Amino acid sequence: MTGEIAIRIRGVSHQFGEEGEARHVRALRDTSLDIARGELICLIGPSGCGKSTLLNVIGGLIAPTTGAVDVFGRRVAAPMPRDIAFVFQENALFPWNTVFENVNLGMIFQGVPRAEREARAQRALEAVGLKDFAQHYPAQLSGGMRQRAALARALSLETGILLMDEPFGALDEQTRMILGEDLSVLLARADKTIVFVTHSLGEATFLADRVAVFSARPGTIKKIIAVDEPHPRRPDFVTSAKFTAIRNELYALLHDEIRKTVVESSVNAAGRPAP
Amino acid sequence: MRSRSDEREGRLASRAVQAAFLIALIVLWYLAATRWGVSPLLLPNPTTVLRDFWQILRTGEFLGDLRVTLTELAAAFAIAASCGVVAGYLISRSQYRIRVFEPLFAGIYSVPIILFLPLYVLFFGLGPASKIALGATIGFFPIALNTIAGFGYVDKTLVIAARSMGASDVQLFRYVLLPAALPVMLTGVRMGFTVALLSIIGSETIASLAGLGHRIVYLAEGMEMAPMFAYIVFVVAIAGLLNMLVSTLEARGSRR
Repeated sequence: MTGEIAIRIRGVSHQFGEEGEARHVRALRDTSLDIARGELICLIGPSGCGKSTLLNVIGGLIAPTTGAVDVFGRRVAAPMPRDIAFVFQENALFPWNTVFENVNLGMIFQGVPRAEREARAQRALEAVGLKDFAQHYPAQLSGGMRQRAALARALSLETGILLMDEPFGALDEQTRMILGEDLSVLLARADKTIVFVTHSLGEATFLADRVAVFSARPGTIKKIIAVDEPHPRRPDFVTSAKFTAIRNELYALLHDEIRKTVVESSVNAAGRPAP
Repeated sequence: MRSRSDEREGRLASRAVQAAFLIALIVLWYLAATRWGVSPLLLPNPTTVLRDFWQILRTGEFLGDLRVTLTELAAAFAIAASCGVVAGYLISRSQYRIRVFEPLFAGIYSVPIILFLPLYVLFFGLGPASKIALGATIGFFPIALNTIAGFGYVDKTLVIAARSMGASDVQLFRYVLLPAALPVMLTGVRMGFTVALLSIIGSETIASLAGLGHRIVYLAEGMEMAPMFAYIVFVVAIAGLLNMLVSTLEARGSRR
């Protein structure tokens, strides 16, 4: 992690709806962060703390209410498909296209010349271990394989930045673990900057170079914890004392915030008239 | 693996039951006409009907009426499909318009529009024009409604994913909206075709100068029961063929 800053976040706040409206929500409060090139940073926090909102602001899908994000020195105002690729939680593959067509289509959207597409799609599918499933439709694949396909689509775009919004959130623990290990191996080879939103303490500790812990809504970054361990991370990293110490630290930080969120939402529920 | 041959056997068995049911109906009809003394004015002998049916086919006397009905159908369907798809697409582009027009169209669609046939005849005359107008009106609603449903409820994640990868408006339409909407829309088009056909033949039996529906009523009024039944069989066969055709086209179009 040397010098060059890939993503510079300055004073970003976001609210949905206008003040006084029923739907008004302050999702994100005055958040600043620098993300170095080649770094993998995990955003972790209680539900509704604005971590996904921040991800969408970085990707140009949401314009922040205040503040700004620069990516490779350029102000983000709209999606930047040449620099930023997304992996969503689930169901973002086009169900009427095969895995290969899905990967190919991403490159059509991005404007990759036809001659390059085939080779790049093959490479990306090979990287995620789906070479033999190129002609399958998403519905024919398991949840884990679908997320691999979505990852292949994002990799084929060859962007400097990858934004992942709980990409393994809907998968079972075992599948999640394997995908996490594979991702760590992939990343050690690729020079990518990654912002990874997750709920899982273990996943954050295992994958991240740094973990940004969010406070309860309206969220902002409460603390940043560095995980000083080279990629690719070995499976036995999970059982090391270092892993446990970091995970425990994250747990302590998060626990209070999650309590706050739960208390607040039950107060809100009690405040409503009985149905 | 639940074997494919099991499935095929199951399908064959239900086909056999369906065929047996139809055969039983014809046998009952035959018995009623020959043994149980039902008057041939109410129920002609099926063998006579079959003979008249061949007669109609051989002489080609059906051609004039068939041409009238099919021309009406083609014109009505063309109007219903083009207006329905365009209107449905335009409405689907805004949540506000969906909220306004979807319940409105669904409401109108549930009214038996054929009640307005006298009005259509007053406006467009007894000839094909009134049948075309009525068929187009009735066919319009399922096509428009399904086009709204197809384009209006495309999974947001897919649209956001496409935008994040840099899809232009044209690419978004061609690669995301259209394939997402097509199966639902085609079902609407098939339904529109079917109701247009039903309403055209129906209205021909009520007020018209020509067409298959007109022919059937004409024969009924002349008490020519066997040829009338033969024409009914003919219309059923034509309607069955047409529906099979559009269903095949629908399946073809949705598969992509």
